[in-house]
Amino acid sequence: MQMNVLVVDDSAAIRKILVRVLAQTDLPIGQIHEAGDGMEALKKLESNSVGLVLADINMPNMDGLQLLNRLQASAEWKHVPVIMITTEGSPAKVLEAVQLGAKGYVRKPFTVEQIKEKISTCMKDAQ
Amino acid sequence: MHEGCPIASPYFPPAEIAALVIENTEKVFSVMLGMNVAPQPMQVQMSVEADGNSIVSILGFAGAWSGAGCVSCSSELARKIAASMLMAEYDSVDDDVLDAIGEITNMVIGNFKDAAAPMLGHLGLSTPTVIFGRNFRARNLNGQIWTAVPFECDGEIFEVKVCLVPTNEASSTTQPSLVVSGS
Repeated sequence: MQMNVLVVDDSAAIRKILVRVLAQTDLPIGQIHEAGDGMEALKKLESNSVGLVLADINMPNMDGLQLLNRLQASAEWKHVPVIMITTEGSPAKVLEAVQLGAKGYVRKPFTVEQIKEKISTCMKDAQ
Repeated sequence: MHEGCPIASPYFPPAEIAALVIENTEKVFSVMLGMNVAPQPMQVQMSVEADGNSIVSILGFAGAWSGAGCVSCSSELARKIAASMLMAEYDSVDDDVLDAIGEITNMVIGNFKDAAAPMLGHLGLSTPTVIFGRNFRARNLNGQIWTAVPFECDGEIFEVKVCLVPTNEASSTTQPSLVVSGS
């Protein structure tokens, strides 16, 4: 079964890279949606079926940790796995993300293999 | 603080800043772009200056230390960096190129910030501001020095610069705001 993915990052360059990685992987990826911040991500979630979220932390309007918090508080979205992909590497931020329910944490700069491995793990856990 | 009397931080010497800049710039360019960079001898500068068509991307630090970090390069090198990052060709500097340089700056300075955390504590980081122009100059209002590390990359030179001062030192004069001027 294919999984739709939502990519959330205020950098259009990073969204392009992640969309390309997702499109080229042999994992069962369905539609790929994009959002530039947490607020836009919530709108995309309301209008699309999404099985996995890849989110940056430092974004305007609503950051990635606030988005994660909103998803965990929602009966509809609390089971959607979220992988944080971010430059933010302070132990406090990583711990906060894990405590809020993030299923993975990838530091920028990242390799394609790191992204694929995290997504693959999330997909296996979701089955 | 007047221009002829820069603040040289007694706590975080330029040589240590330069070492962390080199380590993290090499990592970002290698992992994210597949590009090798060769660090050149570090310099201490009073401002960020750009001749010809140049791009400067700047992020601000906040916390126990204040200041900024930046990446500056020619428009030609910026297009090469964007091409490596996004696997596309760019004939001119467009939003994709500016966004790519902003994101590279975010990674270089963000990773520098985390590597420096044992010495500086946790610092907040702003989102990048990317300036594309011709013959401009940016400097801190209270004249703190920039530690600048030039790198050779694909036959061109780009610079990574960091300016840091303890926040109580910065606030005793003015916050290290940046002023950009050009011709």
